Amino acid sequence: MALPTPSDVLRIEDLRISFEMHGHLNEVVKGVSLRVPAGRTVALVGESGSGKTVISQAVMGLLPRNGLITEGRILFSDPLKDGKVLDIAQLPADGTKMRKLRGGRIGMIFQEPMSSLSPVHTVGSQIEEALQLHRPHPRREARAVTEKMLGLVGFRDPPRSYDRYPFELSGGLRQRAMLAMALICHPALLIADEPTTALDVTIQAQVLKLMKELQHDIGMAILLITHDLGVVANMADEVVVVYRGEVMEAGPVDDIFRRPSHPYLKALLKASPDFDMKEGERLVALRDVAPVAPTRLKPAYDNSAPLLSVRHLRKTYGSKSGGAVLAVDDVSFDIGRGECLGLVGESGSGKTTVGNMIMRARKADAGDVVFHGEKGAVDVLGLDSHALKAFRPHMQMIFQDPVSSLSPRMTVLDIIREPMIIQGRGDIRAQKERAVELMQAVGLDPRFLNRYPHSFSGGQRQRIGIARALALDPELIICDEPVSALDVSVQAQILNLLKDLQASLGLTYLFVSHNLAVVHYMAERIAVMARGRIVEIGPRQELFRHPAHPYTQCLLKAVPLPDLDRKLDFDIAMSGGTASDPASWPREFRGSEGSPLGMIDLGNGHSVLAAENCTAQDIRCA
Amino acid sequence: MLRYIARRILIMIPTLLITSALIFTVMQLPPSDYFETYVAEMAAQGEHADMSRVEFLKREYGFDKPLIERYFLWVTGFVQGDFGYSFEYEMPVSDVVGERLALTVLVSFCTILMTWIIAFPIGIYSATHQYSWADYGLTFIGLIGIAVPHFLLALIFMYFANVWFGLSIGGLMDPIYFNQPMSWAKAQSILAHLWIPVLIIGAGGTGSMVRAIRANLLDELQKQYYVTAKAKGLPPGKALVKYPLRMSLNFFVSHIGDVLPSIVSGSELTAVVLSLQTTGPLLLRALQSQDMYLAGSFLLFLSCLTVIGVLISDILLGFLDPRIRLQGGRTK
Repeated sequence: MALPTPSDVLRIEDLRISFEMHGHLNEVVKGVSLRVPAGRTVALVGESGSGKTVISQAVMGLLPRNGLITEGRILFSDPLKDGKVLDIAQLPADGTKMRKLRGGRIGMIFQEPMSSLSPVHTVGSQIEEALQLHRPHPRREARAVTEKMLGLVGFRDPPRSYDRYPFELSGGLRQRAMLAMALICHPALLIADEPTTALDVTIQAQVLKLMKELQHDIGMAILLITHDLGVVANMADEVVVVYRGEVMEAGPVDDIFRRPSHPYLKALLKASPDFDMKEGERLVALRDVAPVAPTRLKPAYDNSAPLLSVRHLRKTYGSKSGGAVLAVDDVSFDIGRGECLGLVGESGSGKTTVGNMIMRARKADAGDVVFHGEKGAVDVLGLDSHALKAFRPHMQMIFQDPVSSLSPRMTVLDIIREPMIIQGRGDIRAQKERAVELMQAVGLDPRFLNRYPHSFSGGQRQRIGIARALALDPELIICDEPVSALDVSVQAQILNLLKDLQASLGLTYLFVSHNLAVVHYMAERIAVMARGRIVEIGPRQELFRHPAHPYTQCLLKAVPLPDLDRKLDFDIAMSGGTASDPASWPREFRGSEGSPLGMIDLGNGHSVLAAENCTAQDIRCA
Repeated sequence: MLRYIARRILIMIPTLLITSALIFTVMQLPPSDYFETYVAEMAAQGEHADMSRVEFLKREYGFDKPLIERYFLWVTGFVQGDFGYSFEYEMPVSDVVGERLALTVLVSFCTILMTWIIAFPIGIYSATHQYSWADYGLTFIGLIGIAVPHFLLALIFMYFANVWFGLSIGGLMDPIYFNQPMSWAKAQSILAHLWIPVLIIGAGGTGSMVRAIRANLLDELQKQYYVTAKAKGLPPGKALVKYPLRMSLNFFVSHIGDVLPSIVSGSELTAVVLSLQTTGPLLLRALQSQDMYLAGSFLLFLSCLTVIGVLISDILLGFLDPRIRLQGGRTK
C-alpha cells in the first residue's frame, strides 16, 4: 500500500466500521476510501443513514461506545510535521496522542449550533478552552487571541461578545462561534458536519463565505459533510458520494456534476428541486410511492370566493422586561380554492406564527380570518370552543418534525383514528376502513397499521402525519416546513405525494417553508415574509423573474444551486450583514414618519411592501 | 437578580401567612382541646384534675377569646420568638424542642452527607457505564434500598444485632446519659450510636439519589455539547465534570430546597422504632395529645424552613445557570 503523498492531509483506506447491536455486529461503513488534499475542500455527500457522519466520527476518534473500526486505516499527515503519518484507526480514542490531534490539528463543527455549545458557559470561555488545551497562553493573552478570533469570524464587538452566553446569540452567530472554536488552534483539517443545514439561506451564504475565507487564510483542508448538492457545487473541489456505507462515486467536482455516471448520483441530482423546473415538471424521487387516491367524503360545491381570507393579522409576544416583539404585523392574503400558497421567510420572520393563528393554536391580537366553505363564510377567529371543534375538520395541519409530531405510545392505527374519534366519525369498523384507505393514499402498506412510529423512517413517519391530516377530509391543509427535516431523496417523494393528493382531492395548501426551491416547486403563488410583515406577494414566475423587494432579491441570490455555472456570488450574499434588517434596504422600502408602508400593486397580482407614495414605476427602477 | 430576590422574599410573606392559618385551623378542627382531653384522662384514672389550674391556663392562653384573636396572638408571638407553651411538658415549646433539635440536626446532617458521598460516585459511574454489569448490580442494590421501608430495616437491624451480638442498638446514646449535661463521655456515646440510624435512614435516600443522578446525567451525556467538548481534545474526565455533570446539577440544586426542612424533622417512624431522641417522636406525640402550641409551632417552623430552602435553591440555580439568571420572567 502506497504511503500518502505529503499533499494529502487525510487519507482513508478501505475503512470498515461496525456497530454492535444486541450481540452481533452491524456493518455501517463498508470499505470506504477517500482523500483530503491539503488546502482543499472535499465534500462527503449522502443521505441520512449513509454512514457519512460515522466516518467523520471515526476520524475524530469520537465513535459511539458500540462503534468499532474493524478494518482499514485513517492516515493523518500533518503538514507542520511534514511526512510524519499517524494512523488514527490504531490510536486509542482517549489517549494523549488522539487528544492532541482532536481540537488541535483537526477541528470539527456540527449541524446544530444551539445544542453544540454549552448553555451555561460563555462563548469566549468555551473557545478559549480549546486554545488553552493545545496552545497554552498566559491568561490575558489568551483572551486577546480569543477576541481576535471572534472578530475574524465576524462578531461585531469581540470584547463584549466574549462574555455572551450562546442563548443570547442568533443561530448564525452561534455557528460562527463554533467555527472560531474549531479554528482557534489553526488545524490542518476542519470537519464540518452539515454546518449550514440548520441556518437560513442568507446566513448560510455568509457562513459558507466565511469558511472559504478562513480556509484561504489558515490554509487548512475541509472535509464537508452535507446532503445539499447546492452547497457542494459552491464549496467543494472534490466530491465523494456515499450510499449505505459504500462510495458510489468520487472525483473532482466538475466530473461529478457534469458527467455523473453512477445511477444513484444521477437520481440524487434529479431529486433536488431547482428554479429551472418547468411548469408541470415532476421531481424524480429515488423511491417513488404510488398513492391511491382516497374517496372524497364531501361532495364538491360551488363558491367563487377565495377559500381563506386573512386580513390584518397581528401578534405581539410580550416580555416582562418591557420589550415587546411584534411577531406578526398586519399580514393579509387570500388563498384560492385548490391553490397552494407558499409562505417563505427566515426563522423568526413570523411565518409559523401565522399558520398557528389561522389554526387557532395561538391567539391573534387583531385581524380576521374568514373561511369560505360550503355553508358560507366562517369567521375562524370568532368561533367559540364548541363551534371551533365542529369547524376543525375543514382545516388540518402537517408538522415539521416527523419524530415529535407522532406519539411514540400510539400505534399508527390509533394515530390516524384519533381525529375521527374526537369528531365522532363512524364506528370502529368504519374508522379502521378509513385508516386502511388513508395508508394506501400515502403509499404505505396497511399491514403496518399495528406498528408504532419508531419502526418507520423519517419519510414514512411524515406520510403517517399526512394520513392523519387527511383523516377528516379537510379542504385546507397548513403544511409547516413539512420536508425540512428530510433528506433530498425523501423530500422529493413527500413533495410529489402532496402534489398528487392536492390534484386528486382538490386540496388547498398553505405551504410554509424557508426553502425557496421547495416553495418554487410546490406553490402557484408565493408570499415572502420578513420581520413579521409580508414584503412581497405574487405568482411564482413573476416573483422569481422580477423580484421587486430587496429582501426577496437577496433571498434569491443566497440560494446555492447544484449548478457549477451559476455559483453563489458571495459578495452580494454578504452585503448588508442581515438581509432582513430594514436598515439595509433602499429608502423606498423602509417607511418613515411621513410615508407609511403599504402594498404597491405591480400588476399580474404581484405586489410589494413599499412607501405608499411610490408608484410601480419607482419600484421597478429602485 | 437583586430585584428577583427581593420579589421572592416578598412573596414568602403571604405564603407563610396562609400556611400558618391552615395549620392553626387544622389544630382547632378536633371537637375537643388539650384541656378536655387532659380532664377526661384524669377522670378515667379516677383522679380529679385541678380545675382551677385548668381554668387559669385556659385564660392565660386566651382559650376564652375568639379564634381569630388567638391566631394573631400565636402568629405575632411566633415572629417574636415566643413559640408558645407545651401543656404536656409544662415548659415553653422552645425548651422542649431544644436538645432534641440539636440531635436531630446531627442525625439528619450526617445522613444527608452520607447520601451525597455515596450517591454521587455511584450515580456518575452508573451513568457513564450504562447497561454494564456493575450498573445493573448497583441499580439493583439501590432499588432494594428504595423499596424496603426504613422502619422495617430498623427492626431487622435491631433483631440481628440482638441475636448475634447481644447488643441493644436503639437510642442515640447510652440511657445513663439521658438528661445529663453534655460531656466528653456523652459525646462519645452519641457518636457510637449515631452510625446505625444514619445508615438506616440514609439507605432509601441514597438509592433514590443514585437513580436521580444517573437519569439526569444520562440525559446530558447524549447532548451535542459534550461531543463538542471532547472534539476540542478535553480529557474524558474533565469534559465529563465541566459539561454534562455541571448541567445535571440543576436537579440537585433544586433538591437542596427539600433538604432544609428534612434536617430538623423526618423519618418519624424509624425514630420511634429505634427510640431516637429526635424531634420526630415528639411531633407525633404532640399531635396525638393535641398539644397544640408544640405541634403548631413546630409545623410552622418546618414551613418556614421549606420556603427558605426553596428560595435558597432558586437563588443558587440563578447563579449556576445563566439561562435562569438572564432569561427569567420572559414569556414566550
